[in-house]
Amino acid sequence: MAELGIAKVDKIYHSRKGDVHAVRALDLVVKPGEIVALLGSSGCGKTSTLRMIAGFEEVSNGSITLGGKPIHTLPPAARGVAMAFEAYSLYPPLTIGENMSFALKSSKLPQAEQDKRVKAMAGMLEIADILNKYPTSVSGGQQQRASLGRALVRDAGLYLLDEPMGQLEPQLRAVLRGRIKHYLREHKCTTILVTHDQTEANALADRIAVMEGGVLQQYATPAELKARPANLFTGTFIGEPPMNVFTADAKVSSDTVAFGVEGGATLTYPAADFSQSLREMLARTPRIALGIRPHALHLGDGPVKGKVMACQWLGDQTHVAVDVAGRTVVSVSQERVSRAPGSDVALTVAAGDLHLFETSSGKAIAHGGTLA
Amino acid sequence: MDHSSSLEKILRSVAITLVLIFFLFPIAWIFLMSLQTNETILRIPPSLAFTPIIDNYTALITGQLRTAAGSLQLNFMQNMFNSVLLSVCSVALSLVLGVPAAYAFARFKFRLGEDIAFTLLSFRFAPALLVLLPLSLYFKTLGLTNTYIGLIWVYQLICLPLILWIVRGYFEDISPDIEHAYRIAGNSWWKTFTRISIPLAKPGIAAAGLLAFIFAWNNFVFALILASADKQPVTVGALAFVTASGIQYGQIAAAIIISITPTLALALYAQRYLVEGLSMGAVKG
Repeated sequence: MAELGIAKVDKIYHSRKGDVHAVRALDLVVKPGEIVALLGSSGCGKTSTLRMIAGFEEVSNGSITLGGKPIHTLPPAARGVAMAFEAYSLYPPLTIGENMSFALKSSKLPQAEQDKRVKAMAGMLEIADILNKYPTSVSGGQQQRASLGRALVRDAGLYLLDEPMGQLEPQLRAVLRGRIKHYLREHKCTTILVTHDQTEANALADRIAVMEGGVLQQYATPAELKARPANLFTGTFIGEPPMNVFTADAKVSSDTVAFGVEGGATLTYPAADFSQSLREMLARTPRIALGIRPHALHLGDGPVKGKVMACQWLGDQTHVAVDVAGRTVVSVSQERVSRAPGSDVALTVAAGDLHLFETSSGKAIAHGGTLA
Repeated sequence: MDHSSSLEKILRSVAITLVLIFFLFPIAWIFLMSLQTNETILRIPPSLAFTPIIDNYTALITGQLRTAAGSLQLNFMQNMFNSVLLSVCSVALSLVLGVPAAYAFARFKFRLGEDIAFTLLSFRFAPALLVLLPLSLYFKTLGLTNTYIGLIWVYQLICLPLILWIVRGYFEDISPDIEHAYRIAGNSWWKTFTRISIPLAKPGIAAAGLLAFIFAWNNFVFALILASADKQPVTVGALAFVTASGIQYGQIAAAIIISITPTLALALYAQRYLVEGLSMGAVKG
């Protein structure tokens, strides 16, 4: 358990077709025992970051420290880091059990202790029954769990997990998430998890680092990411279904704040719902991007008029797609709602659920009536 | 296979039998020749009825060839020793140089890497005769003519490209992350190369080594030009049986049987590796 510090790290891949700037000026601190998820779509730089920490890629600029000691110039073997690979990368000539105990061989633990650990880990990951089988004769999901077990069974200062559950069945995934989180907490493992699945990031991580285009967009707890996205990218990237975004013009008067949404509707709120400084700011720059999460967009009496395109009950919530002046917006209701396609509908949203962003830079201005 | 009719089975057996006869007949025929005297070999019409003799073999092994024209000294066993020495040493050297080089070509992208790899492969396309004249001139200047070192060096032209390209394909098939997993568990680069990469590429290395051995063993022209009798391998040594008093067919046949035995035994022993290595590595890669 050690603190990981990533300071001003760049990764540039040189090729004949030109340079690719995969990671730009990344600053990230993972506290001892903290579980952090690097979340982003393919090519966002999250795997490059992980590989730089592991030592498989050189750092183009900047430094990486573990427990205060710079590690970015050390060979992988000297970094004291354990890693689970996305492609499993088990040693084919060894059985699943040997693969898992292999990393313990150099640890000088007594053999009985090694066996005990491997057994316990295999039990936790539900692969105890295949310990004597070879990697090629078990399923992808089992190989993935073996690879995860091989990393977790070690004593390391830092655990790197690259898409550790991508190949597992959804049912098993939910169970294992809980167990793994419990295990990481109990052993106070400093962990970095790379994933493109936000459910996994939300379920496992204490904090999530959202990356896009090699740039860290926001580094915050799952709840904060959802409530206070730092910019339009995190706002729309986090949350399922994604945030509805409108261009709007704010009109601030002495007792109301009104947003003229593209398409003609106007959302009017009492001025008291917005802080003084926010009202002043909106008076200066009225053009904004207005973000509304589907869960906050309610069907019923409201200023936004549209026509129902589709209405889908998912068993625990209803997704309603509504055509508002040629734009498709999505509203989610916890109740079972049924509206005929083509029928008129009105939508409403509370002032506290509004997310305001700058139109040009996408930077967050305000969440729920107070400045970001 | 399970659904094939009995007619298909019969046809397949016939086809396999024809192929076997085609390839094995010359070997069988030479084996029969090696047990006969020149007279019975050359009689017309040829006949399979003869009294087998082992004189040809004893002549080769003792080095005393008695013909109608008199007694002749043979150094066939010396040739045999030369063949073994040249082939084993050149394959060993090629493995030492070629396997790490193949790994480098497979794992690292460096400037001119592909060009260097292709240049090494192109040594296989060039006919030996093309390089023989300049080589023999250089060898004279360098004092390498008629030395084992010189011959082993030239044999690299045969062995190295073969090993390099087959083994490279094999290394490329091994996921770098398997090596990464081993390195991050606290092992050095060298340990990873020797404990993970090489064992995983073993079938490919064995196949490449075996093929290189066979090609080196069968080489004729380099040794013919660049060495004299005491350093020449069996391929060249067999020429000694073409004597002024006639061609010693029986001894040539016996010499062939003795000289193909090591490669045949090796190939049979390593058959599994050969098929696996050649069908998985280079072809797919």
